[in-house]
Amino acid sequence: MSTTKKFAGAALAAALGVATLSACGGGDAKGKSADGSGETPKSKTVTLVSHDSFNVTDTVLKEFEQQSGYTVKVLKSGDAGAALNQEILTKGSPRGDVFFGVDNTLLSRALDNGIFTPYEVKGLADVKPEYVLDKEHRVTPVDSGDICVNYDKAYFADKKIAPPQTLDDLVKPEYKNLLVTENAATSSPGLGFLLASVGKYGEEGWKDYWSKLKANGVEVVDGWEQAYNERFSGSAGGKKAKGDRPLVVSYASSPPVEVLYGEPQPAEAPTGVATGTCFRQVEFAGLLKGAKNEEGGKALLDFLVSKKFQEDMPLQMFVNPVVKDAKLPELFTKHGAVVEKPENVAPETIAKNREQWVKAWSSLVVK
Amino acid sequence: MVLARREVGRESARGTAVRLLLMAVPLAFFGLFFAYPVAAIVGRGIKTDEGWQFGRIGEVLARPDIADVLWFTTWQAFASTALTLLIALPGAYVFARFEFPGKQLLRAVVTVPFVLPTVVVGTAFLALVGRGGLLDELWGVRLDTTVWAILLAHVFFNYAVVVRTVGGLWAQLDPRQEEAARVLGAGRFAAWRRVTLPALGPAVAAASLMVFLFTFTSFGVVQILGGPSYATLEVEVYRQTAQLLDLPTAAVLTMVQFVAVGLILGIHAWTVRRRETALRLVDPARTAHRPSGPGQRALLGGVLLTVALLIVAPLAVLVERSLDAPGGYGFGFYRALQDVGAGGGTFLVPPLEAIWNSLQYALAATAIALVIGGLAAAALTRRGGRFVRGFDALLMLPLGVSAVTVGFGFLITLDEPPLDLRTSWILVPLAQALVGVPFVVRTMLPVLRAVDGRLREAAAVLGASPLRAWREVDLPLVRRALLIAAGFAFAVSLGEFGATVFIARPDRPTLPVAVARLLGRAGEMNYGQAMALSTILMLVCAVSLLVLERLRPDKTSGEF
Amino acid sequence: MTLLELAGVSVRFGERAVVDAVDLEVAEHEIVCVLGPSGSGKSTLLRVVAGLQPVSAGRVLLGGEDQARVPVHRRGVGLMFQDHQLFPHRDVGGNVSFGLRMRGSRRGFASGPGRGTYEARVAELLELVGLPGAQGRPVASLSGGEQQRVALARALAPSPRLLMLDEPLGQLDRGLRERLVVELRGLFSRLGTTVLAVTHDQGEAFALADRVVVMQEGRIAQAGTPLEVWQRPASEFVARFLGFENVIPAVVAGGAAATAWGKVRVPAGSPEGERRILIRPAGVVLAAAGLRCEVLARTFRGTHVALRLRPEAGPELEAECGLAGAPAVGERIAVAFAPAEVVVLPAA
Repeated sequence: MSTTKKFAGAALAAALGVATLSACGGGDAKGKSADGSGETPKSKTVTLVSHDSFNVTDTVLKEFEQQSGYTVKVLKSGDAGAALNQEILTKGSPRGDVFFGVDNTLLSRALDNGIFTPYEVKGLADVKPEYVLDKEHRVTPVDSGDICVNYDKAYFADKKIAPPQTLDDLVKPEYKNLLVTENAATSSPGLGFLLASVGKYGEEGWKDYWSKLKANGVEVVDGWEQAYNERFSGSAGGKKAKGDRPLVVSYASSPPVEVLYGEPQPAEAPTGVATGTCFRQVEFAGLLKGAKNEEGGKALLDFLVSKKFQEDMPLQMFVNPVVKDAKLPELFTKHGAVVEKPENVAPETIAKNREQWVKAWSSLVVK
Repeated sequence: MVLARREVGRESARGTAVRLLLMAVPLAFFGLFFAYPVAAIVGRGIKTDEGWQFGRIGEVLARPDIADVLWFTTWQAFASTALTLLIALPGAYVFARFEFPGKQLLRAVVTVPFVLPTVVVGTAFLALVGRGGLLDELWGVRLDTTVWAILLAHVFFNYAVVVRTVGGLWAQLDPRQEEAARVLGAGRFAAWRRVTLPALGPAVAAASLMVFLFTFTSFGVVQILGGPSYATLEVEVYRQTAQLLDLPTAAVLTMVQFVAVGLILGIHAWTVRRRETALRLVDPARTAHRPSGPGQRALLGGVLLTVALLIVAPLAVLVERSLDAPGGYGFGFYRALQDVGAGGGTFLVPPLEAIWNSLQYALAATAIALVIGGLAAAALTRRGGRFVRGFDALLMLPLGVSAVTVGFGFLITLDEPPLDLRTSWILVPLAQALVGVPFVVRTMLPVLRAVDGRLREAAAVLGASPLRAWREVDLPLVRRALLIAAGFAFAVSLGEFGATVFIARPDRPTLPVAVARLLGRAGEMNYGQAMALSTILMLVCAVSLLVLERLRPDKTSGEF
Repeated sequence: MTLLELAGVSVRFGERAVVDAVDLEVAEHEIVCVLGPSGSGKSTLLRVVAGLQPVSAGRVLLGGEDQARVPVHRRGVGLMFQDHQLFPHRDVGGNVSFGLRMRGSRRGFASGPGRGTYEARVAELLELVGLPGAQGRPVASLSGGEQQRVALARALAPSPRLLMLDEPLGQLDRGLRERLVVELRGLFSRLGTTVLAVTHDQGEAFALADRVVVMQEGRIAQAGTPLEVWQRPASEFVARFLGFENVIPAVVAGGAAATAWGKVRVPAGSPEGERRILIRPAGVVLAAAGLRCEVLARTFRGTHVALRLRPEAGPELEAECGLAGAPAVGERIAVAFAPAEVVVLPAA
């Protein structure tokens, strides 16, 4: 196999030559990646592979680079599921040193495929223990976020009904035809909401709950974008699209985001969170097996749970920190919801049943 | 004449050598960046330690959910194609035979959807047929999450394919042939049916097959508009690969789609060859006239109304939303694109940078597509045997293979030096070029074939070396086609989303990726900027297409 | 002095020889016209000389040098294509100066001589072909005759040592063609150009050429001055190609030939035995007695009347007679044969 590849590689160097040559028109596009080959022995580059939602403030990252002496290269590809699957496919010959973006719904798949090398980060003691799900430290928790039903405050004020607070509320007749959710097969919040019902009603009871939800007129769309920006009446996008569902499955951090990106910023969030409907997602990072720069990878992992990064994170990725003493920005404390008791399902249980739950859910709700 | 053709045939010994040499680069390109990755990922799915598991093919195909997908994929493609023809054929006629103000602009406008990313189109289209959309407001009609939304969106996307392919030929058919039939006693309709329709037949067939191909492999439209109840093969391949990592199922589905697409392309190649039979073509400018009489005016009006409703309206809604800034209509969202750090200091993507990234990637992809496609077209210019024809079709295959298959294939193949490109920025333009090459070849080939070989001979006799003859004769004659091909490759690269988003890239999002990210976040400014960026993307595409309209070579029909 | 020499040149496409062992010489300042029906291999012959068509056997010599290894663009010959092949993307001036530019840059002028150097020559040539001042015109706007002239100017511009013309006047109407033939001949003799032309039109060939070469299926059937060929066709093929139809098998003995039309006197010194004879229409004359015929058709030809006759024996005959006294259709007449117009040809 490998000789074939090398032969093909050599034979086709010419073809590539043409491509590269002509591609030089791309100007400084080359500049940022040339340093990332990781092959030169003295390379001080450490590569972080993640999904499209990863974000960090430049100055925070620069500070890490200055202190550690490493240059960080960030690669993003696809959503969380696709990004992880790409890592599984390239197991043993990874594209980077650290992968960030496995959540608890996918954790077992990542661990079973053995793509990570154990490493206990400096500062693990500061991480809230309930998030340290892998005792072998193949993965380290980095952030958490809650998938919850959001409601349109204006709608419920207008109608003079109290917004729903719990999963049980959602099947009540006063909330008939108000909720829009996402396809559990293709959308991360959709799956989270399904798991919330599993956590609450058990592996048997959830189907019954969904039958009632369906009878109560739940609408299912394929992705979060359609649900939130088109169908939901409380969001800025949904208002323009004349969305008429005042309840949507989204994130606990969505109200602060509505405030942050409002123009002008409203004094109060236009939407609220039904805190009794939540499923908590925890995102992990790990050192990839076969990493070219293991030392750098370790340093980067340490950085991901450092207070500096943890406090930068909320406004970059709209998630909550996992270290105890990290302070939340005012935006979150003012407009965000505190979810005391999210529903929970163990990663192994999710891994074992996920496909079958999704299938059962699809035939129950979608077909 | 007979003599000349025989002589060309005779020379083919040397010609074949040159052709093979020219073809080596495109062949290597497709082998390395398409065939090998796709074969590897399919192989990963159906080969285990115990060898090939061909039994899996039967197992997967026997699953009822997969059967549903196959059935839906096929019938919606047929229905979409039929509906597109029904709606677009009158348009093809009007664009071909009528002269009216704004025709060039409108022809560019109807082509815009074709090069727009589906994320943008989905959003725009929902605004038309979705809740609170135009149809809803006017007549209370809502089509989102019904199959009608999918079908109409397919018409929206492919209207231009029919108008350009069929209309391009229609405009060049000599109307005097129909007149001759009338003089010979045929009624108006009989003349059309017996003279024009047979001449148009192959073009209609070719356009239908292209529409069928595009709708059979439809991804974004089905995902966004279909809701969770509808899935095409392409959507299912994506789900099985990217979400579930069920490679065996994905491999079987990829192969099924591959066979289907191969079949479609085979039939297409066959109809195109038939189309090459001599038709009496004339300058399109001579066949078009101002509409006269109530019948023709009604037809023109009907077509304009259809275009307005189906194509202009969704695009217009997009623009409207991008201008609907807080505090009244204006360029608030556009201004926001410039000040990084506004609205709380955390923009996901500095949006202007995304535009710049997109342009760079698209330029690189265009350059690659031009080199590869140009060489392939040059190699294919001299009509050769079956082998060459097969190559022609081969170039179209990337259009029928899921971007996620190619993207994941890259991961497991291009992973060793000297070709460890997995983390290189070049992978993005390479993947985009795969989609651009077919357009380059299809634009260049007819023009290159139309260059009379004896012009080259004339130049040679006058003292021009072969290279000089190519520079002095071929190049000036195909320069416009080359520009048009470049423009199409550029527009297609600019809007490419599927492959780009799956390829690990240093954090340099392109416009469509940035739009998707902005849409993936709550908040008015994010949404508004997504609309503004989409509008910019649309304008860039529209402007390049408008420029192309002006460059359209008068003797070749612009087609897809 | 011989400028062009073809020695045993053959071109085969598969099994078929399109040019079959052709030997041909063209002397300097000579105008040679290859005449033959379409498919006789005459165009291929020109392509061989230009180097556009590789030979299967034989040699091509220009100025005594073997051209086997000389590529097209270095042979220094001119070729005017049948349908002109003017470059559509260049104006008239650009077409005419094309060869000058190619030759100029090949001789190693780094940047080539400036445009100005060519301008005078282009103007001179356009003057020569009767299109003065046409430099800026797009070629699409030219009439057939004008294209013809531009193509000629383009071929002449680099002063090729040999100018080849492929059906030079083929697409033009008759009047223009006759006028141009005369002009061309005058022009070539003035310039001293060596010309090898091919045509299927005998009138054109005879008017233009110093020497005519008739080709039949890749071989040379006859070569000679126009007068020789006209007067003494070498075979039935040549005779029929020249438009003569009164060809009949004959047994020649003692100064007369026995034919289906009766006894025909032949010129003195004609070969004897089983032959064919040609009687030119002018040699079929109305007589008081002789072969009795019925007039089938009568065609007015300007200076004479062509008759089609059905004799009482033998195949139909063509005859010419003066305008006065031409018999009417259906009339019964008698004809005799003038020996001066009789040619004895080899048996088929």
